[in-house]
Amino acid sequence: MKKDENKHQRYLRKLEREKYAVRIGQWSILVVFLALWQYTTDRNILDSFIFSSPKRVLNTIVTLGSSRILWEHTAITFLETIVSFFLTTIVCIFMAVLLWWQKVLSDILEPYLVLLNALPKSALAPLLIVWLGTGMNTIVVAGMSVAIFGSIIQLYTCFREVDCEKEMLIYTLGGNRRQVLTKVILPGSVPGIISNMKVNVGLCLVGVVIGEFLAAKRGLGYMIIYGSQVYKLDWVMTAIILLMVMAMFFYVSIDKMSKKL
Amino acid sequence: MVAVSIDQVSYSYHSVSAETVALQDISFQVSPGEFLAIVGPSGCGKSTLLALICGLLKPDKGTISFYDEAGISKTNIGYMLQKDNLFEWRTVYRNVILGLEINHCLTEEKKEKIDRMLVNYGLKDFEEKRPSELSGGMRQRAALIRTLAMEPDLLLLDEPFSALDYQTRIEVADDIGRIIRQEGKTAILVTHDLSEAISMADRIVVLSKRPARVKKIMEVNLSVPEKSPLAARSAPEFQGYFNTLWKELKSDEERRE
Repeated sequence: MKKDENKHQRYLRKLEREKYAVRIGQWSILVVFLALWQYTTDRNILDSFIFSSPKRVLNTIVTLGSSRILWEHTAITFLETIVSFFLTTIVCIFMAVLLWWQKVLSDILEPYLVLLNALPKSALAPLLIVWLGTGMNTIVVAGMSVAIFGSIIQLYTCFREVDCEKEMLIYTLGGNRRQVLTKVILPGSVPGIISNMKVNVGLCLVGVVIGEFLAAKRGLGYMIIYGSQVYKLDWVMTAIILLMVMAMFFYVSIDKMSKKL
Repeated sequence: MVAVSIDQVSYSYHSVSAETVALQDISFQVSPGEFLAIVGPSGCGKSTLLALICGLLKPDKGTISFYDEAGISKTNIGYMLQKDNLFEWRTVYRNVILGLEINHCLTEEKKEKIDRMLVNYGLKDFEEKRPSELSGGMRQRAALIRTLAMEPDLLLLDEPFSALDYQTRIEVADDIGRIIRQEGKTAILVTHDLSEAISMADRIVVLSKRPARVKKIMEVNLSVPEKSPLAARSAPEFQGYFNTLWKELKSDEERRE
């Protein structure tokens, strides 16, 4: 008996060790990367004017951060992404329900959805500027345009894959089509909807940054374009790093939220 | 007395390439409180027949009537499908009340009845669990309670045990057979398992291969004191009925070959 306990504890310790090994591996990649970046720029192997360096990025964050400009850019991009993400999610669920409800409609619209999904959205951005101006609307729509078409197709597929015997069960219990939707299709698709949201939030961020490249006077996308034009590559690097942190934040938030459900 | 009468019912499926006749001139009757089994080769249209009785499909020809004396109308037919179809996103309790929730009739009285059934059928301790935490037999019992909660007068069972392993299958059939007799329900069981049909039913309707027709209707009288499916299997007449049914189905195959 005692021997078995030891065995089990050894097994648990092994699991624990493996978990730490993964964490250490993940952090050490970051640390090694930053250290190499700093070292090579310090020794002038890489030109720190073009490649920036961790120290210079940190300096930029401190100097720009104290004047609030940096946080304004970050907040704008954050807000635009959130808005376009929420609108995308709502529109996609609504459209997927509509297509599920009217199969004929989905057959009619399918080639258009596939076509619009395949279209490079950056090609649309100049048009959006002409149509909607250079304000926040354009940026939000640009963000939505990247995610929305693929997401509708994916959600609709997810709805159709729900076991049709479960649909039949609702009918045998005296339910109608609306109840099939609310009791089976929607609750049964929650995992699909969540994974769809995880992809969408990233795509919305991509769309927002594309929009900011072309149209905006504010936001991290604007900061990247401006920085590269005036050769302030510290700004560009800082903006890129902030975008990474933001993407990470969105992903983790949705993941946390889905685990609570 | 007749509870359900099926008169010369025919039904065909349509696909792009062809029209397939599934059922042809099917006629039989079920008495109140009777347990009727329908057997036939797989794919012969047994499930289609149940879908017609339930009203999910409309017959091309013929009529299916329910008699009021037995209190059966289309609205209180309980249907058990092959799989238990419990929803993983609901607890066992919320699965069991699904039908009542859909029909907006979740009264205190019904809740008490469900509670009693959960206790009687050994699921009370599991009502807050997810379906995946239950054994196959427990899941099937939960599905039965979900059906019985609607207080159906007619139960349609579409091979409800076919997804279970052999041992569980006999136990659950025994369980469910007993529950249905206790509650005094009229039931129609579709199966391709001959032993299951003989051990559970009062009468057996044998269907032919597609297009399905009624080949034979056979009464089952077993000399066991209490007709539970498990006891029935050791009745002296059991083997005789089995052989008769086997020959019926076999002759059908040979004629076609």
